[in-house]
Amino acid sequence: MQAASHKLRRVFVWELPVRFYHWLNALVIVALCVTGYLIGNPPAIMSNVEASDRYLFGWIRFIHFVAAYLFFFNFLFRLYWGFVGNKYANWHNFIPTNRKYWQEMWQVIKIDIFLQKEKEHLSVGHNSLAGFIYFLTFLAFLLQCVTGFGLYASMSDWWFADLFVWVTVIFGDDFALRNWHHAAMWFFIVFAMIHVYLVFYHDYVEGRGEISSMGGGWKFIEEEAFEKEQTSSKS
Amino acid sequence: MTTSPTRRPTYYEEIRQKGYSRRDFMKFCSIIGAYLGLEASGVAQVANALQKTSRVPVIWLHFQECTCCSESFIRSSHPIVADILLDKISLDYTETLMAASGHQAEAAKAKTMKDYHGEYILCVEGSVPTKDDGVYCCIGGKSAMQVLEEAAEGAKAIIAWGSCACNGCVQAAHPNPTTATPIHKLVHGKPLIKVPGCPPIGEVMAGVIIHMITFGRLPELDRVGRPKAFYSKRVHDTCYRRPFYDAGLFVETFDDENAQKGYCLYKVGCKGPMTYNACGVMKWNNGTSYPIQSGHGCFGCSEENS
Repeated sequence: MQAASHKLRRVFVWELPVRFYHWLNALVIVALCVTGYLIGNPPAIMSNVEASDRYLFGWIRFIHFVAAYLFFFNFLFRLYWGFVGNKYANWHNFIPTNRKYWQEMWQVIKIDIFLQKEKEHLSVGHNSLAGFIYFLTFLAFLLQCVTGFGLYASMSDWWFADLFVWVTVIFGDDFALRNWHHAAMWFFIVFAMIHVYLVFYHDYVEGRGEISSMGGGWKFIEEEAFEKEQTSSKS
Repeated sequence: MTTSPTRRPTYYEEIRQKGYSRRDFMKFCSIIGAYLGLEASGVAQVANALQKTSRVPVIWLHFQECTCCSESFIRSSHPIVADILLDKISLDYTETLMAASGHQAEAAKAKTMKDYHGEYILCVEGSVPTKDDGVYCCIGGKSAMQVLEEAAEGAKAIIAWGSCACNGCVQAAHPNPTTATPIHKLVHGKPLIKVPGCPPIGEVMAGVIIHMITFGRLPELDRVGRPKAFYSKRVHDTCYRRPFYDAGLFVETFDDENAQKGYCLYKVGCKGPMTYNACGVMKWNNGTSYPIQSGHGCFGCSEENS
């Protein structure tokens, strides 16, 4: 752990659009997982109310579809921001392009999984393991959007949903599509659990304000680590 | 479709000879027009076509199947369907229903194939075994594959009846010991319509044939080759139990109180949400019922992998 007397520098890491994307994404993913689970396995409701007076399952599905549209366009926006945002939001953070990226990944594994202390913390923004995992989640986002809209296409007359009719052909039929969509949901749930745990853990071991950075955008970086990062990113 | 060596009677003439009145004929045209999803003026087109068109010869082959497609067809709700399309009038050859047998039957088929080369409609019921030179299904000393190839050569179009001919059905399930193969994988270069189901609805089968007679071409097909008029909606979309689904009222087990109340069968394995068919609209046995209505849940017979 870094000594308490370390000089810290305040660095603006996450821009407002990135933070907005993050929290909207968190909200809709929770909504999608909860409603999606209920659609896959609806609860037993013993009720004497006439079916015409209830629309419970209809509302669950409606929330799922609205959240899905928000999720999809929010995702597209984040991809766009990967090209126009600051260097911490840039797409280079997500795709391994050099040796240093892999080396840092190994170092983060030593911290996160082997729980080795006294290790140097390199990146100011995403560490490279996190960045790579986010790249995998983007692939999962893509799979989930494509399979979801593929299922949705047969119940919608809107041209946008109809753009996804080809998905059924790729996956075979609606049943296979549904199974992929369902399995991918568990990726999101497992990701969310690990993500929240590691955020707390890194907030503790790094002492850089990991949790609050997604609120205000600022992190607190050791002066020498910041300078090292500045020079390495120039080279 | 109208040219032929000798003039054959039109459908209308055949119908009148059978003792049906003009009124019966028009009723039949209206019903079929409605099944096909035609607008009101389309009924006149159907009537017109049936009055002017000479009957189209049909050869109906049976391979690896259970004949439920034929059974379904002869039970289509309107008697004219059975009388006109299935009686000796239109069917030149079908193992199940023809009067002739043995060499005479085979000779009749050969004559139709020769006389109406390029004009007849070939209906195929059942899959074709390709393993071991097709010894698992032989008719008149020929393997199913040979019979199919001969008949398909001069066909104007091919209709694959039922899930066996469309998808292989039960006999194509793993390990598929006879290598039962659906028709579209064996015949290429011919217009082919798939009418899947186990069996397909009789009115749907009649509708497909009447469409081809009326308009002289194939009906509009979906991505897997099924007529859109009948296979464009999910059973779920037209299900009368759909309000229970939207309300969140589900059957939990087949003998619970909810089952008695007729709630949605989604949780007990109904395949309606992923099955494209017209059961919810047309129903079966003269519109009496369909699986979901009898409390069973759809089992997705018209889908390939359900």
